[in-house]
Amino acid sequence: MTKFSGLDYYEIDGLLTEEEVLVRNTVREFTEEQILPIIEKNYRIGTFPMDLIPKMADLGMFGSTLPAKYGCAEMNNVAYGLVMQELERGDSGIRSFASVQSALVMYPIYTFGSEKQKDYWLPKLASGESVGCFGLTEPDYGSNPGGMITTAQDKGDHYLLNGAKMWITNGTIADVAVVWAKLNGIVHGFLVEKGTQGFSAPEMIGKHSLRASVTSELIFQDVQIPKENIFPKTDGLKSPLMCLNQARYGIAWGAIGSAMATYNTALEYSKTRIQFGKPIASFQMTQEKLVFMVAEITKAQLLCLQLGRLKDKLTLRFPQVSLAKRNNVQMALEIARMAREILGANGILDEYPVMRHMANLESVKTYEGTHEMHTLIVGQDITGIQAFV
Amino acid sequence: MKCIVCVNHVPDTEAKIKVGADGKYIDKAGINHILNPYDEFATEAILQLKEKNGGETLAITLGGDSHKETLRKALAMGVDKAILLKDDSVRDSLSVAKALAEELKKHTPDFILFGKQSIDYYNEQIPGMVAEILGLPSVTAVVKLTVEDKKVICHREIEGGQEIVETTYPVVISAHKGLNEPRYPSLKGIMASKTKPITEIQPIAVAPVVETITMFKAQSKQAGKIVGTDAAAVPELVRLLHEEAKVI
Repeated sequence: MTKFSGLDYYEIDGLLTEEEVLVRNTVREFTEEQILPIIEKNYRIGTFPMDLIPKMADLGMFGSTLPAKYGCAEMNNVAYGLVMQELERGDSGIRSFASVQSALVMYPIYTFGSEKQKDYWLPKLASGESVGCFGLTEPDYGSNPGGMITTAQDKGDHYLLNGAKMWITNGTIADVAVVWAKLNGIVHGFLVEKGTQGFSAPEMIGKHSLRASVTSELIFQDVQIPKENIFPKTDGLKSPLMCLNQARYGIAWGAIGSAMATYNTALEYSKTRIQFGKPIASFQMTQEKLVFMVAEITKAQLLCLQLGRLKDKLTLRFPQVSLAKRNNVQMALEIARMAREILGANGILDEYPVMRHMANLESVKTYEGTHEMHTLIVGQDITGIQAFV
Repeated sequence: MKCIVCVNHVPDTEAKIKVGADGKYIDKAGINHILNPYDEFATEAILQLKEKNGGETLAITLGGDSHKETLRKALAMGVDKAILLKDDSVRDSLSVAKALAEELKKHTPDFILFGKQSIDYYNEQIPGMVAEILGLPSVTAVVKLTVEDKKVICHREIEGGQEIVETTYPVVISAHKGLNEPRYPSLKGIMASKTKPITEIQPIAVAPVVETITMFKAQSKQAGKIVGTDAAAVPELVRLLHEEAKVI
């Protein structure tokens, strides 16, 4: 297969700055050389490629929008989005790792943490020396996180944490967990370090999706948290939702990478697969599928670029992120399914990345806010009427 | 130690090249350009020389405004400063070499690195010409570079093997694949490159002495021939490979 050179049907590269293009190209090359050669094997055996962590850290992929004084690249949000896009062209699991570390761990520490928490954790997380995870979802509270039953009690010189979290990316390999729990009925954030007594993070097994990513439970049984480990600047449930908004922003970009991967595979395949004496790309039904893919990817690219520009201008509204996450993941999933149709039986083999992306996207569609919840968030935004709760 | 890399801005290896309307040069419109891959080895080499020996690094290119992208990549990889010899005019290799040499002289470099060739026009002339103009030793197609005091030891790729040569610096070296593993420009490096200066300088004018008359694309390969589909076809296949293709 020829070297991947992206899809840019509308000369959207011309709307990017020199630095943004350079960032995109660097991560594209990284994905080509470091992720694609190993990912199918990791996916098959169900492991996260741990040796990618220092390599991604060296390039500055963790917390890349945060200030340089913490060892971060201090890039803008469009460049960050392009990093997510290129990583997810490799695999949603790799993008998820970087998303969680950046948007769900470093972002809340930076935004809600004390100076001491920031100075201690951000450089370690940026350099990949420490891995983080984010615990909000519970077995019985997914779309409705406000109902969470994990609690923290003030015991004078410490907090006592009890409860369980589920579907936690990086949980088992994390050195620090950002955990959300109710203290006197109000949601607060706590930093829970690996090895704290009463805290365990068993890995969830049996996934048919995101197999190259660690997904865990977090279990807290009378875990004593030092007082200094509470986030001082949170504001109830709004704070973890702000984190999710950061992560969703990255997912909207990531889905474009996945779609480009499956589109590109389908395009190349259709030009070389001969049936009835000619390439299947010469059949109208195949062309219709390929054109659908190009159109959807192009729209998603423009959607994300403007979303990123708004985020950089600080005028972004969260329903706009919901719209992009909802649209882009759905289109990537549809494109993966169409690519599988174009590849026929070959589409199910791991010689091609299509089935892996398709299975991954089934998770991406429902994590960080299900497709339905994002629909209702936009629905509420445009009608003024909340259709849930 | 002062180390300079001369870099070129060339069409991406995946670009579909078209000959321009003048029939002499490639049509650059819509073509993605990259830092010449061999120049990445040269860039990595000067970064390693600086890391080992201290000093400063500089990247130079000759061309139009678009060449700044390539300089930016060298800066993002870690080169300290860059110079654009701004000139869009048509030049032959000697006129490029003379303009580069004129600029290089001002900096009294210890090491001048090039990629062994640019992957666009394949002339492979500039490193040797620059060395000749500056009166410096020149070692080409280097796959290993060691500096001991004033001694410079280079392993060169030759047909079927390597040779090891020794010289002193200042020296002009052209880098071959295998010299090193070029680093990725880190995201921090890319952001830092924004504040690094690219100085624009008007290069000396030199009239070309070699003129391109015409350029055309190679004809596409003819379709293959199927001799047969079973073992019975082997003798005929062997005969054709021997008599027509002359490969066995």
